[in-house]
Amino acid sequence: MIDAIASLGRSSLNALVVFGRAFIFLIQVLASLDIVIRRFGLTVVQIYSVGVRSLLIIIVSGLFVGMVLGYQGYITLVNFGAAEALGGVVALSLVRELGPVVTALLFAGRAGSALTAELGLMKTTEQLSAMEMMAVNPYRRIFAPRFVAGFLSMPLLAAIFSAVGVMGGYIVGVGMLGVDSGAYFSQMQSVTDWNEDVLSGVIKSIVFGFVVTWIAVFQGFNAMPTSEGISRATTQTVVVSSLAVLGLDFILTGLMFGAG
Amino acid sequence: MKVRFFELAVGVFVLLGVAALFYLAIQVSNVTDYHDRDTYTVTAYFDNIGGLKTRAPVTVSGVRIGRVAEIRYDPEQFRAEVKLAIRSEHDYLPMDTQAAIHTAGLLGEQYIALEPGGDYDTLQDGDEVMFTQSALVLENLIGRFMTNMGSD
Repeated sequence: MIDAIASLGRSSLNALVVFGRAFIFLIQVLASLDIVIRRFGLTVVQIYSVGVRSLLIIIVSGLFVGMVLGYQGYITLVNFGAAEALGGVVALSLVRELGPVVTALLFAGRAGSALTAELGLMKTTEQLSAMEMMAVNPYRRIFAPRFVAGFLSMPLLAAIFSAVGVMGGYIVGVGMLGVDSGAYFSQMQSVTDWNEDVLSGVIKSIVFGFVVTWIAVFQGFNAMPTSEGISRATTQTVVVSSLAVLGLDFILTGLMFGAG
Repeated sequence: MKVRFFELAVGVFVLLGVAALFYLAIQVSNVTDYHDRDTYTVTAYFDNIGGLKTRAPVTVSGVRIGRVAEIRYDPEQFRAEVKLAIRSEHDYLPMDTQAAIHTAGLLGEQYIALEPGGDYDTLQDGDEVMFTQSALVLENLIGRFMTNMGSD
């Protein structure tokens, strides 16, 4: 009995320790952000590996999510004789929810895991210690550019996801199911507000980008320097950041749309 | 050469992202619609506004000239006070303009239709629309129809 309570205490303390280390890590990364301006080339390369190489999966998923939304929305709406409202349904669900959330989940799987594995291997092969020996600050040289790259790429990827999704909905709704093309866009424009819907989605994607990159980079930094440690850290990145994104989405949606 | 490739790819990526945002702004949300730059406000009192919401269109002969800025209940008049923000280029509305709440389609959204009168003076900022017509409440209509049926 006492053992059980003690182990509960130990695991909560461990969780707190990890949390604290993550915060200290974040502050140290944020403190070395000046490197991003001074040597922007480092960040550019990271944006390439995090953002550009995620483009394909984002575009393809966006297209298919939009097409499925077009189908499902049409099937539901046609029962009420309101198939013309399809554009609004597709745009609102993409811009407000699916764009930021699905992009963040894909981003965690595609880019977050890669970041963690890369950094974990760097740590295992003692590249980070070697850098410190050479008086190169790994926070500036390694972590800060990766952090900024993820943080910048997410909103762009989410915007691309939503835009492609709207076109996917158009292909199915207008092209295949025969919704009027003008009605599709005019409905969309009348229900979607720039400030309330599109900007909220952008804010969401910025928050998600921040959290996912933070988790990914920290997990790589914090990985046990063994091959098992790397695999565990990579799994942790995907699991923790997916849960964090979904939980945060609930809170942000409540804050943004709940009061109105 | 390698660095140049990265820069090019990232440049294309950023351009794509910005283009997507631009697309969302113009095509999806029609950003210009909600930034009615210069507007003047007139007030209208309705007995019943039905399902009217803020940001609903204000139209003349079906042409959109503004939007509903604010809706509140006036406890002194026991009526709903609706503030209409009308774009300032439409400054020709006569004083005796009538405001009615219409519905787009049978179940569609409600909007305010203005019907210009014949007065020489025009509505200015802060004026009140004198003649208003409440929203058509479907339940009342059905109720009236039912009693008519019963009396036959």
